[in-house]
This record gives sequence, C-alpha cells and structure tokens, in this order.
Amino acid sequence: MSKHLLRVENIYKSFGDNDVLRGISFHLDKGETKVIVGPSGTGKSTILSLINMLVPPDKGHIYLEDIDITRTRDVHKIRQNIGFVFQDFGLFNHLTAKGNVMIGLTKVKKMGKKEAEEIAMEELRRVGLENFADQYPAQLSGGQKQRVGIARALAMRPKLILFDEPTSALDPELTGEVLNVMRKLATEGMTMLIVTHEMGFARTVADELIFMEDGVILEQGLPEKLFTNPEHPRTREFLFKLTDLYNEGER
Amino acid sequence: MEGTLVTIKLASISLLLGFCLGLPMAFGQVYGNKVIRGIISVYERIARSIPLLVILFLIFYGLPAVGIRIPAFTSSILALGLRGAAYQSQIYRGAIQSVSGSQMRAALSLGMNRLTAFIYVILPQAVRAAIPPIGNEAAIVLKDTSTVYAIGVSELLRQGHYFISTGSDPMTIYLAVAFIYLVMTIFIKGLLALFERKYRIPGIGIEGES
Ligand SMILES: Nc1ncnc2c1ncn2[C@@H]1O[C@H](COP(=O)(O)OP(=O)(O)O)[C@@H](O)[C@H]1O
Ligand SMILES: [Mg+2]
Repeated sequence: MSKHLLRVENIYKSFGDNDVLRGISFHLDKGETKVIVGPSGTGKSTILSLINMLVPPDKGHIYLEDIDITRTRDVHKIRQNIGFVFQDFGLFNHLTAKGNVMIGLTKVKKMGKKEAEEIAMEELRRVGLENFADQYPAQLSGGQKQRVGIARALAMRPKLILFDEPTSALDPELTGEVLNVMRKLATEGMTMLIVTHEMGFARTVADELIFMEDGVILEQGLPEKLFTNPEHPRTREFLFKLTDLYNEGER
Repeated sequence: MEGTLVTIKLASISLLLGFCLGLPMAFGQVYGNKVIRGIISVYERIARSIPLLVILFLIFYGLPAVGIRIPAFTSSILALGLRGAAYQSQIYRGAIQSVSGSQMRAALSLGMNRLTAFIYVILPQAVRAAIPPIGNEAAIVLKDTSTVYAIGVSELLRQGHYFISTGSDPMTIYLAVAFIYLVMTIFIKGLLALFERKYRIPGIGIEGES
C-alpha cells in the first residue's frame, strides 16, 4: 500500500504496569535519516528494540517493506536487513576489527573468507579505519570502536541502520569522528533511524526530527521547524535545553 | 612409579567426567528453565557440601548395601568426577556469564541465531575466562586423588606407604611423594600459562599492548 521502507503503526508496549510506549506511529523512506530525541526513560531504546525484534509489541504493527516484522517467524533472516549500532559498541572482544566486521558475513551470510575479508576492508576504509584492521577492540579508542561497530553493521548491506545513542558513551572529543561518519552515510543515501542527544547533528543531518516524551510522539517534522517554530511548548523547552547543554560536543 | 600413573589416570579421567557433566550443567544453569536450574543448583549444593571421603565411602561401602557393587578404582573416579562436576559447572557458568549480555545482543542483531552466537561469540570468550579456574580445579583434583587411598586404590600415596611398610625410611618416601605431587602441579600450572598466552586477547591483561 505504500512505498515506505519502514512503517511503525500505533505501537503499544508495557513492561508490567509501566506503559512505556503508548501509540507510536512514524515511517521511514529509503535514503532518509530520521532522528528521535526525547528525555531518557521515554521509550526511545524500546522502539529500536521492537524494530530489531528483540521484544514484541503489545499492540500495533511494524512493517519492513511489505513484511509485518511483528508477526514474522523469520526473525534472524530479517535482522540481517536491519543494522544496529549500540551505545556500548557491542564489539566482539576476541576478534580484531576486521574479524568483527567479517563474522556476520561468514557465519550468517555464509560468505567465503576471502570475499568477506574484501568487504570488511572496504567497510573499514569507509569509516577511516583501514589501518586498524588487525587491532582488537581493547586496543582501540571509543570513537574507533564505534566506527568498527558502524562498519560491522554496514558490511551486512542492511536496508536500514538503527543507532541507539551512538556517541553517548564517548568522551566529547571523540564524538566528532563518529558523527562525521554518520553524516557521510546520510549523504551517501543510507537509511538511518538515530536516537541521539547531539542536537547540532540532529539539526543539520536529519531529514526529519521526532520528539518523544512519555511514550508518545509529541511532534515530528523538519528539524528547522522544530528548532525554530515548534507547535508544542515542550518541544521548544527540551530542544533549547539540550542545544545549550551539548553545544560543545558537536562541531 | 606405577602409583604416579594411577594418580594421573584418576585425575584426568575424573576431570574429564567432571567436564562432561559440568558443561551441560552450566548450560542448564544459564539457559535452562526454572525446574532445570533448581535441580542443578540442588545437586551443586549437595556435591560441594559433602567431604570427598564421605562421597567415596557412600559409593564404595554404601551402595553395596542396596546391591550396587562398584570396584574401587571406578568408585574413585565417580566420587572425584561427580564432585568435580559441581565445581566445574560453577566455573563454566561464571565464564559464560562473564561475557556480557550485550555481546549476545550484538550477535543477534547481525542475524545470528542463538546457537551460532553462542558458538562463535560467547564460547570463545568464555573459554578464555575459564582457563585459570580450570587449572586451579585440575590441581585440586590431582591432590585430592590421594583421598582414594582410603579404599585401597594403589595410587601414589598408597604406593609410598607400601614402600615404607617394606622397610624404607618414611621421611624419604613421603618427601618423594610430596615432590612428585609438586612436579605434577607445576606442570599443570605451566600448561595453563601456555594456554593463557596462546589465547590472550591483545589489549586485555597486564602485558596487553602490542
Ligand atoms: N526489558 C525491560 N524490562 C522492563 N522495563 C524496561 C525494559 N526495557 C525498558 N524498560 C523500561 O522502559 C522505559 C523506557 O526505557 P527506554 O526505552 O530504555 O528509554 P529511553 O531509551 O528513551 O531512555 C524505562 O522506564 C525502562 O525502565
Ligand atoms: Mg535509551
């Protein structure tokens, strides 16, 4: 019925008597970058977990192209199409940077070692880490680790990538290198759904901004509109506060 | 010395038995349901609370009362192995749990199923975490094989005893026995260090930087 790559329709989710999501709807087109912002504990990570099929919704549907991924049984198959970049990187500590990028190709896509290696190197180059291919996670800086995490997601050639506060665990001087990689991906036409507190990034890179609070979307639209002329007073309050707070992090 | 060989046999077979039982028990503890977890933890509690000698006597002297007769050597293996399983299970469980949950999550996000993720992501890291405590356990089991002396298995200690009863100087013999245990323990430690070096992940640990 539609051309949207991802369609989130009226999602409800509770944990016990904690109603975390209360009717979330939005969509994402191919090549689009959307940024979700909102106070912590609002359910942003929960949305990403739902899209990644780590938890089922209580109500509502999520469609990836034409497949209702809340009803599918091919969980592992569909997850290959959805990249995930974690706040804590989630790198496999016993593998080199290259090994981390390769493992999904060899063990999930059953690709030959040589081909996987080529793709891994290509993706590491894309995030500027071709010279760190043989380093282990413990030998990398936080920013480098996260770039490996992005390369690992990219190597699977996903239809979209989810980012859950990819720079929140980083020292301020390291956020820039990660944001720059993400910015580059956006211009290259990667489809991305990003949860972040980096307002400068959100404002300049997002095609659309989603402002969430207490399990509902209060407002979504062009970043410029939300930043300069929001409909909801809470949007203004939140965005202004964070912009001040995080001004220095973004460059 | 034959006794040394018997001791080595006792230690290695019972360690193997402990491994074969302990690893599935660890799986059950980590991934099993409530019932399985309950049963295993009761077993662990019991096996770790009874002195080895009592377990040994139960098997060797107790079971014949209900018509089960097990030779001394096999009884020894059973006692050491059944108790060892409880300790090894704990070691593997700790090792698996030491690999953080975010690793499993990351593996799933790549499209791996749980088994693949376990084999290629969790296990390689858990094995590394398990090496030092397993070396420890091996040394303990090795030394505890001397307990089976009590039911007449002629392992190292009993053989030493035999030499004394035929006229050798007790001090000399017991020192020799002690020395042999020491050598074997040092050998285990060396083996362990070798494994640790081989599987060391660069960047982690004291001599980490490369
Ligand atoms: N697996 C879970 N079990 C129970 N409660 C959860 C779980 N995941 C999230 N929550 C709760 O849901 C709420 C929203 O969490 P989250 O989605 O992480 O928020 P955000 O990412 O916006 O900070 C929080 O109150 C959190 O405690
Ligand atoms: Mg969160």
